[in-house]
Amino acid sequence: MPEQNPHDDVEFCVPVASVNDIVTARLQGRNLAARLGFSAGEATLVATAISELARNIVQYAGDGDIVVRAIANGTKQGIVVVARDRGPGIDDPKLAVQSGFSTSGGLGLGLSGVRRIVDDFQIVSERSTGTTVTVTKWKS
Amino acid sequence: MKSLLERDVERDVMRSIGVSTGEMLPDLVEHLREHRTELREEWARRITEAKVLTAMSDAEIFAEATSVYDNYVAALETGTFEALQTYSRNLSERIIPRGVETHEVVGIVLLLRDVLARSLFAKYQADFQLLNRILDAYEPAANRIANTVAVGFVQERERIIRQQQEAIRELSTPVLQVRERLLILPIIGVIDPQRARQLTEQLLHGIRANRARVVVIDITGVAAMDSHVANHLVQTVEASRLLGATVIVTGLSPEIAQTLVKIGVDLGKMNTVGDLQGGIEEAERLLGYKVVPTPEIPSQISGRHEDS
Amino acid sequence: MPVPILKQSQYLIATIQSALTDEDLLALQTALVEKVGKYRSRGVIVDVTALDVLDSFASRTLRDIAHIIRLRGAETVIVGVQPEVAFAMVQLGITLESVSTALDLEEGLAYLDKKLQHARAED
Repeated sequence: MPEQNPHDDVEFCVPVASVNDIVTARLQGRNLAARLGFSAGEATLVATAISELARNIVQYAGDGDIVVRAIANGTKQGIVVVARDRGPGIDDPKLAVQSGFSTSGGLGLGLSGVRRIVDDFQIVSERSTGTTVTVTKWKS
Repeated sequence: MKSLLERDVERDVMRSIGVSTGEMLPDLVEHLREHRTELREEWARRITEAKVLTAMSDAEIFAEATSVYDNYVAALETGTFEALQTYSRNLSERIIPRGVETHEVVGIVLLLRDVLARSLFAKYQADFQLLNRILDAYEPAANRIANTVAVGFVQERERIIRQQQEAIRELSTPVLQVRERLLILPIIGVIDPQRARQLTEQLLHGIRANRARVVVIDITGVAAMDSHVANHLVQTVEASRLLGATVIVTGLSPEIAQTLVKIGVDLGKMNTVGDLQGGIEEAERLLGYKVVPTPEIPSQISGRHEDS
Repeated sequence: MPVPILKQSQYLIATIQSALTDEDLLALQTALVEKVGKYRSRGVIVDVTALDVLDSFASRTLRDIAHIIRLRGAETVIVGVQPEVAFAMVQLGITLESVSTALDLEEGLAYLDKKLQHARAED
């Protein structure tokens, strides 16, 4: 019988409008990961993913928010990060996630990198409505 | 107004999904309690007859049979299965190391089911209606119990297997310190993503703990080098560099070199040497050791940099 | 929070704290450039031991710092990248290429000493 997960309803939301919010978001993400018993390495991956996603929001959309939520699937525990913005959107999300793709030079959107470090990666983006990136990381 | 057929179907459906139509449940429980001794003995006899649980003695079988029986009846009576689940996991923890197999466990639970069912048939054979009603109480619960015990056993097995896999992984990726500042990581066998990740983590922690400046990664024994493993190797090299360690890759066959080039690795940037011995010598050279070609007396100048 | 910078003979040692904002990094860049000029430092060590995440921005900025400092005649070494951080970085594709790295402060200083010895030998 699956035990009731005491962290099932843990969720927090960080509004992201400036670069300082990036630090806040990733710190809270790391804390949640630590509380759920993720290893140091996994917690760092979670924090890094949040950092990149938050940075994208600031750089390309101006503002948005990051929601981090604890989830459970049977005995598996994990974290879901939803990065939302109402920015200009990405024309071709699939292209943007491919390795090496970059519009602004340097390391680009970093989405392909983020995808490598998470277990599940979803992106929805439209010109008029903005971008939502949802990533999931399970505790091993 | 439901027809007889509809009611039959409904009852069958209820039974099959484990819902006990329980008016006769108290009678059932009482019957099982009353005949506890003979039913347990019958069950134990059938177990021995079927030649299962051969890893256990008769006395042990009877003792466990008693526990299972009592838990079984309690589960029937209360309609809750947590205690049974816990018990079956404990039981599994005890008997799996003794070599008991899944089919044996499922088998004996089904045997008990049969033993109890037959005793009900015997008791109520005169009254078909009554027999049906007691089966309404018995069948769904018995199904659920068989399920619970079997699943508990399998889950415990899976947990043990995972534990063992973890232990094997740890044992099979030794990071060896052979000299000051020099680590060797011989990689042998199949590398799945999880093992690759563990390998990298162990190496990085090893670099920090041993303050290694040079790491020799020997891939001679790697079973299959596909692009995933190759990518992982490249990542390991890059991560090691971030900790200030130079990586020398040895055991690179021409085929593997081809794979690396194909995935875009600039072999010119990766430090590669043909074999492990050569790699160690190169590492010592990088560290400033002077290597004397007399194997019995490895001469070693203290680690201060004295480049030739 | 400004990053503390220590002078140790001909080297500068900047020790980064964990909650490092973009501003802090850019301020560090300015401060290091200024101090290298003022003290005629030959080497700079940036200690990231306490840094919990080294993302693309931090990586770019550290590269920029190393580049600018080199134009000023000094060598930069990044030290203290934690195993978990290094792992996350390479997965993300951040390599800190072209920037020297060492395990910790001690190794970083040894590295700078050696580099400067060589440089002098070539003069």
